Amino acid sequence: MPKSLTPRLAALNEEILGHAREFGLDFFETIFEVVTYDEMNMVASYGGFPNRYPHWRWGMEYEQLSKGYEYGLSKIYELVINNDPCYAYLLESNADVDQKLVMAHVYGHCDFFKNNFSFRHTNRRMIDEMANHATRVRRWIDKIGVEKVEDFIDKALSLENLIDQHAPHIRRNPDPKRAEDEAKSNERVEGFKVNREYMRGFINPSEFLDSQRKKVEEEKQKAKKFPERPQRDVLFFLLEHAPLEQWEADILGILRDEAYYFAPQGQTKIMNEGWASYWHSTIMTRRALKDDEIIDYADRHSGTMSTRPGSLNPYKLGIELWRDIEDRWNKGRFGKEWDECDDLRARSTWDKKLGAGREKIFEVRKHYNDITFIDTFLTAEFALEQKLFVYGFNDKRNSWEILDREFRKVKAKLLQGLTNFGQPIIEVVDGNHENRSELLLAHKHDGQDLKGDYARETLRCLQALWRRPVNIVTRYDGKGVMLRYDGQNHSEKKVDL
Amino acid sequence: MSLKIHQDHSRFKAIVRGKIKANLRKYVQKGEMLGKKGKDAISIPIPFIDIPRFKYGHKEQGGVGQGDGEVGQSLGPGQQQPGDGHQAGQGEGEHALEVDVTLDELAQILGEELQLPHIERRHNEKIVTQRIRYTGINTTGPESLRHFKRTFKQALKRQIATGTYDARNPVIIPTREDRRYRSYKLQDLPETNAVIIYMMDVSGSMGDEQKEIVRIESFWLDTWLRHQYKGLEARYIIHDAVAREVDRETFFHTRESGGTMISSAYKLCRDIIQADYPKSAWNIYPFHFSDGDNWSADDTRQCIEMLRNDILPSVNQFAYGQVESPYGSGQFIKDLREAVGAQQNVALSEIADKDAIYNSIKDFLGKGR
Repeated sequence: MPKSLTPRLAALNEEILGHAREFGLDFFETIFEVVTYDEMNMVASYGGFPNRYPHWRWGMEYEQLSKGYEYGLSKIYELVINNDPCYAYLLESNADVDQKLVMAHVYGHCDFFKNNFSFRHTNRRMIDEMANHATRVRRWIDKIGVEKVEDFIDKALSLENLIDQHAPHIRRNPDPKRAEDEAKSNERVEGFKVNREYMRGFINPSEFLDSQRKKVEEEKQKAKKFPERPQRDVLFFLLEHAPLEQWEADILGILRDEAYYFAPQGQTKIMNEGWASYWHSTIMTRRALKDDEIIDYADRHSGTMSTRPGSLNPYKLGIELWRDIEDRWNKGRFGKEWDECDDLRARSTWDKKLGAGREKIFEVRKHYNDITFIDTFLTAEFALEQKLFVYGFNDKRNSWEILDREFRKVKAKLLQGLTNFGQPIIEVVDGNHENRSELLLAHKHDGQDLKGDYARETLRCLQALWRRPVNIVTRYDGKGVMLRYDGQNHSEKKVDL
Repeated sequence: MSLKIHQDHSRFKAIVRGKIKANLRKYVQKGEMLGKKGKDAISIPIPFIDIPRFKYGHKEQGGVGQGDGEVGQSLGPGQQQPGDGHQAGQGEGEHALEVDVTLDELAQILGEELQLPHIERRHNEKIVTQRIRYTGINTTGPESLRHFKRTFKQALKRQIATGTYDARNPVIIPTREDRRYRSYKLQDLPETNAVIIYMMDVSGSMGDEQKEIVRIESFWLDTWLRHQYKGLEARYIIHDAVAREVDRETFFHTRESGGTMISSAYKLCRDIIQADYPKSAWNIYPFHFSDGDNWSADDTRQCIEMLRNDILPSVNQFAYGQVESPYGSGQFIKDLREAVGAQQNVALSEIADKDAIYNSIKDFLGKGR
């Protein structure tokens, strides 16, 4: 069971907390708990939370984490939950210098959670919410049976990423207009109110009723052309329109809630990790490090910052970009004059001694997400200095290779990878496809094809919720294709786009 | 907290088990998993325990990396999923999930799926092995075995006894005499022992494919028997016109061109049993694989005689697997069937191709002997 801080750790925390405040970091109260390695793995398997709904994939996560540790491949240093108060975990066996580093890092994250706009709509009582979710799912399991519930969760998880990642916040209430319309149409079908029964035939002649009925039917047909506009939040669409039983809708709603809670963390990975790294580095090197801790600190820090060819380390890219912004705003390397200067020597010695860097990065951490962060602040000089490149797969040589170092391509590729988390954008186009209540999705193709076997398996899951045939229009090798699963068979046909 | 994750963990393991079961026939035929064998566990790729999503194909993705290198320089084919660089921690993995299964677990699954009966042990004689157990405490020992807590306890005792303990300043310093060390005892463990004697025809008519079949099949036989007996030994005999005992590596990789005299192998098998494995103490399993071609009817007669008189009376089960080859006549199994096929402790199996391994395992192990 997690323990609270030992007096020694509490003293270290007091110190680091003081430094963090002094530097102007602003965070909710942060509670550290001390855990053993096994406990750390458990909490990490639950996404940082002490309590989640029962599901085998947490067990899978746990298996992988424990194994990674056993084989000495990975070790989790830091875990922190976006919540008010923030919760973070310290590894019991760590040395003081590690604990200080983690604390400083955590305060960076907590500051980011509290202040970055992407998190404004997240539930700050998510620990309680997750526990409630767990209780609700457990109750359904008691009622419906573990097999059925787990099977449904498996299918719903397959669709978990089909939310509107960049929606400002989660939409919760179904359209109230719909209910109103329904009530009205019932009224019309029954005809005008009749006080004396013998008058009925005169007030509501059957032709009149028939024509009313027909009208309502037509309107319903028209209304069935839904959604009116393509809808990115596929989960919400399913919640509103799929023939789900109460327990299924409840669970799907839970998963959607959690997906929206985690979405901002995905959208600010580079900024957030970079910010936390910037602050652990600043606090440690300027304040908290003791002489005899320097080697260990340097070892830990450089481990976090290490890069491999063929992958991007968000910690490294993030911290460098934050430092670059600070440096530029300190020296006044921005604005019209700077942009238009093409004298290389002048540029290299440019320093207007503005000293506005610190202020600037605090402002940036408030109003940007990874996409706008990269788009606004990643400069050609920075890309060159950081040795960024685009890589891709060469079929002929059957290997990954460096394709390009040109700035614009690097930036475009980075932004592409960040859009929608680097996942395909999928929309509901029609919930009554071909007037047969089939579901039609569309993949907004941006040059990358879907992974075929995964797409087919996902269609299966979708069909299980929609209960009628499901289709998705996408593109393979440049040609339009509609994949279909009717509950029994997969099929494919060409379509013109 | 611990309880919760362990429920999820065991649920995950149960699912993995179910998936392995469902795909067992496929795994049984596949040779490549044998290559991944660790000491006592094996990695099995399991499709779609990974949750399927709409996502990009691995090769479509590409991305941005950081570091030195010219344009066009390879990052290496062995580069594992460079695609997920900026999504680290999002749980994106491209490969089908690989899970580790212990051989013992695999044997259990095999047993359940093939409905193999547990082996009735012929002998319950206890053969004893020893194991080290750390149970005691000693006043001397290597520093690596020092018992921290007991040492401090001892020091505390001494300090209290000598009146040097000060509760306001509870510093305890152990001296040399306070040190305590873990000590071990040798524990006797009863075991039931068994031996497998593999024999294989390596004459010219046995091709690579046939040998591959033998290799795969023997892996499963090994796995099952190891699950049944703790102390399992294996001996390997190859033969063409003459037989010799070899190590495992050689067994699977030798190719000779001579003729075939099966009796040579049986003779050697008999000698090994007589020399090393007294029937009173050992469970003995000879497995012989050939393509069914033998030198002469006379040699076959000798084989049968030896089986009847020497081998069958001392073994739990004698098994013969005939691997179909384009060159073999396939006569040997017919002769055996006629002569000893009715005996209870004889298992005969024809293995046409890799597909047939699954059923052949059942032929061999289905009698539970």
